[in-house]
Amino acid sequence: MNISLSITKNIHNWLFSIMPEGVASITEMVLIAVVYLAIFAVAGLYLVLLERRVAAWFQLRIGPNRVGYQGLLQTMADALKLVSKELTGTIKADKFLYNLAPYFVIVTSLMALALFPFTQEFQAFDINIGIFFLIAISSIGVIGILLGGWASNNKFAMIGAMRSGVQTISYELSVGLSLITMVLISGSLQLSEIVEVQKNGWLIVQGHVPAVIAFMIYMIAGTAETNRAPFDLVEAESELGAGFHTEYSGMKFAYFFLAEFINMFIIAAIATTIFFGGWLSPFGITESIPILGLFWFLGKTLVLIFLMMWFRWTFPRLRVDQLLTLEWKYLLPLNLLNIVLMALIVWLNLTIQF
Amino acid sequence: MDTTTIKSNFKSEEYFINMGPQHPATHGVLRLLLTIDGEIIKKVEPDLGYIHRSIEKMCERDSYQQIVHLTDRMDYLSSHINNEAVCLTVENALQLEIPERVKVIRTILGELTRLASHQLWWGVMGMDVGALTTYFYGFRDRELINDIFEETCGARLTMNYNIPGGLMFDIHPNFVQRTKDFITHFKTKLPEYDRLLTGNVIFQKRMKGVGILSKEDAISFGASGPVGRGSGYSCDVRKHHPYSAYNQVTFNEVLKTEGDSLARYQVRIEEMWESMAIIEQLIDNIPEGEYKVATNAVIKLPKGEFYQKVETARGELGVYINSTGTKNPYRLKFRSPGFSNLSLLNHIAVGGKIGDLVASMATLDLVIPDIDR
Amino acid sequence: MSYFGDIYRGIKTLLTGMSVTGKYFLHSRKGAITQQYPDNRDTLKMFDRFRGEVVMPHNENNEHRCTGCQKCELACPNGSIEIIWDRQIDPESGKKKKMIDQHIYHLGMCTMCGLCIEACPTDAILWAQNFENSVYNRAYLTKVLNKPGSKLMPGVEE
Repeated sequence: MNISLSITKNIHNWLFSIMPEGVASITEMVLIAVVYLAIFAVAGLYLVLLERRVAAWFQLRIGPNRVGYQGLLQTMADALKLVSKELTGTIKADKFLYNLAPYFVIVTSLMALALFPFTQEFQAFDINIGIFFLIAISSIGVIGILLGGWASNNKFAMIGAMRSGVQTISYELSVGLSLITMVLISGSLQLSEIVEVQKNGWLIVQGHVPAVIAFMIYMIAGTAETNRAPFDLVEAESELGAGFHTEYSGMKFAYFFLAEFINMFIIAAIATTIFFGGWLSPFGITESIPILGLFWFLGKTLVLIFLMMWFRWTFPRLRVDQLLTLEWKYLLPLNLLNIVLMALIVWLNLTIQF
Repeated sequence: MDTTTIKSNFKSEEYFINMGPQHPATHGVLRLLLTIDGEIIKKVEPDLGYIHRSIEKMCERDSYQQIVHLTDRMDYLSSHINNEAVCLTVENALQLEIPERVKVIRTILGELTRLASHQLWWGVMGMDVGALTTYFYGFRDRELINDIFEETCGARLTMNYNIPGGLMFDIHPNFVQRTKDFITHFKTKLPEYDRLLTGNVIFQKRMKGVGILSKEDAISFGASGPVGRGSGYSCDVRKHHPYSAYNQVTFNEVLKTEGDSLARYQVRIEEMWESMAIIEQLIDNIPEGEYKVATNAVIKLPKGEFYQKVETARGELGVYINSTGTKNPYRLKFRSPGFSNLSLLNHIAVGGKIGDLVASMATLDLVIPDIDR
Repeated sequence: MSYFGDIYRGIKTLLTGMSVTGKYFLHSRKGAITQQYPDNRDTLKMFDRFRGEVVMPHNENNEHRCTGCQKCELACPNGSIEIIWDRQIDPESGKKKKMIDQHIYHLGMCTMCGLCIEACPTDAILWAQNFENSVYNRAYLTKVLNKPGSKLMPGVEE
């Protein structure tokens, strides 16, 4: 098998020793999927809590601090409440698509998680077309939103869904192009390979000017990809009520909500891996302790997530035509120029390497 | 609204959505019937009456002292100015000589009300265009004004501090100090409003050139207050028909000629500076004297018609009283600023996007109980 | 070059906005304006003039100042005040005199306008600063302000 499952060698060897090879592979995959699912469902909930606390601090409030110590169990309680709630829906909704939509969104966002090298050994799926796969997977999520908005038989939801389609298709392009800019310098699409390259300096340092531009474009487009403010036209609550998930309730709504936060984590994690050296520590200070790679990876990711939250709680929302103007008249031409610039820099060997 | 007219005017590519009565951007129970082509607004029809409490009819039942507290419930964000309007009408009708102290206190409280209203408006304005943090910054500063009101008048929102003939009781000893503290605090915070929202490139793009109202249209729709002044229509009642102590102070009438949403926004922001200037001129020289003149326990207005207009935070509020000489008015009519300002919503929103409608509606600063009464 | 100039100026305004929120984020510890209401009950004090509900103060001999003149009942715009009175023989002077039986106050109908308290010639009723007025049954909002067996304070009528 060319898919290397290298989370824990011991479990791998043990499984293969007691079972035939095919059964052992499948068991291993299921185990890993369950572990990932459990970890990231909880992590998503804590991201929601983090968002609420950060928002509160920006807004001179305290935030949830009643359930558990400093509100640590607040989102758990919210999730429990949502599970126990009635699943409502509109009478004339397309029942099948309406019920399918949340799963589309949550499954695609969970799938992308498998690719990240959290630390040297901790990667579920080290595919050699990693970045390509990530871009492909993350654009499937919009189908769920479109389905949900369309099938709800609600005009506000439909407007939200249409906006989402427009937005994701446009900003996919910028995400892809800014990542391609970085691929020029790393020379590989495989995420573990890209991290290896950065042992000579993080790519944002190696690629200096074009890399910084690419990072800025990536963060803007990535925020738009996750449908978060200032690009939250999809669920613009002052315009559309709740947008595409107006008619969803209970756990189905929670799936949409959780997917938004996992997507935010994914966007930040991609940026960490591509621009900021993934699990590598700054100047290799903790190279001798590999498990600290997890700390560095999550630390960098959280800083970027905080940046996205900072955007959200500061900026007003764009209008739908300005959203497209920003993409097609500003980000896309700049991106193309940036690729040329990066190609020149790589060709002339002007990269900074330590 | 007749549903058959909608059907007959309906083109196949247009659709129809119902914005409100429960919608986050309508700030109350306003219902807008939107005809939309894609995202472009073709027609906006406001449907009113969801919070109609027949205040004008109730006024015909009440004595003149009792009318005052009903006006708290109209435009609840400028309740003090509403109260003042009724009191001024009754005082003019009785030809009462009001002490200078009352006039000055009324003016200061009126300007504080205007500041509080504009702060709240700024908060929800930001929220309507998607910047949620402004809401809390606006409310933080408004809370200080509410404290001043609570200490002096006894209530934060529905003050009912004015009575025909003066004030219900004298100002609290802490009033002057608290007001000064607030002014010094807010002078540091108001530039922050500009840095956070006004200068923001996204906000500028959302507001500039959106919802344009020409001066002629502003006059013909009866726009008043910041909406009219944003279109260059000089309509400040405080300047043209000064009441209370407005003839003793110097202030500028803020005028913008662009007529777009940004102009209306800037008029309100600059009005906050003007309000602070007015308060500063008056707060140190509140004249000594009585805080009310004695009136009869049962006020009977002479026979005739009486009209008084004041400038609330939203525009011109007119009070018309038709009296037959009894202790109740025969007819009482409020000319509320929100109603006229709402009437031009269709004019400024058609051709824009849904987002534009929300943004321009926010700059009209509608308070729905003021429209329905 | 206005294209790049626009981008530069745009980014600058965005960063200015972020600096405002960022400053508050860093000062969030002491800057929070949240009042943790049920917890701060002991320290939460309303202003003296706050209009919570109408009360009728009684002194230690269970005496109030209400003569039953009904001015507050007339002043109230909502009919929140009802006074049930009777002419009784005053034990001291032996004359027939107007005396209140019950001073009924409907808190549920009260709009806190303060006209009754202004109208009262003997300062028999006052504002209390109590703001926790919620009850489980609407009937509890109808209150009898004078305590059972209370009588008029001597010397009020002069």
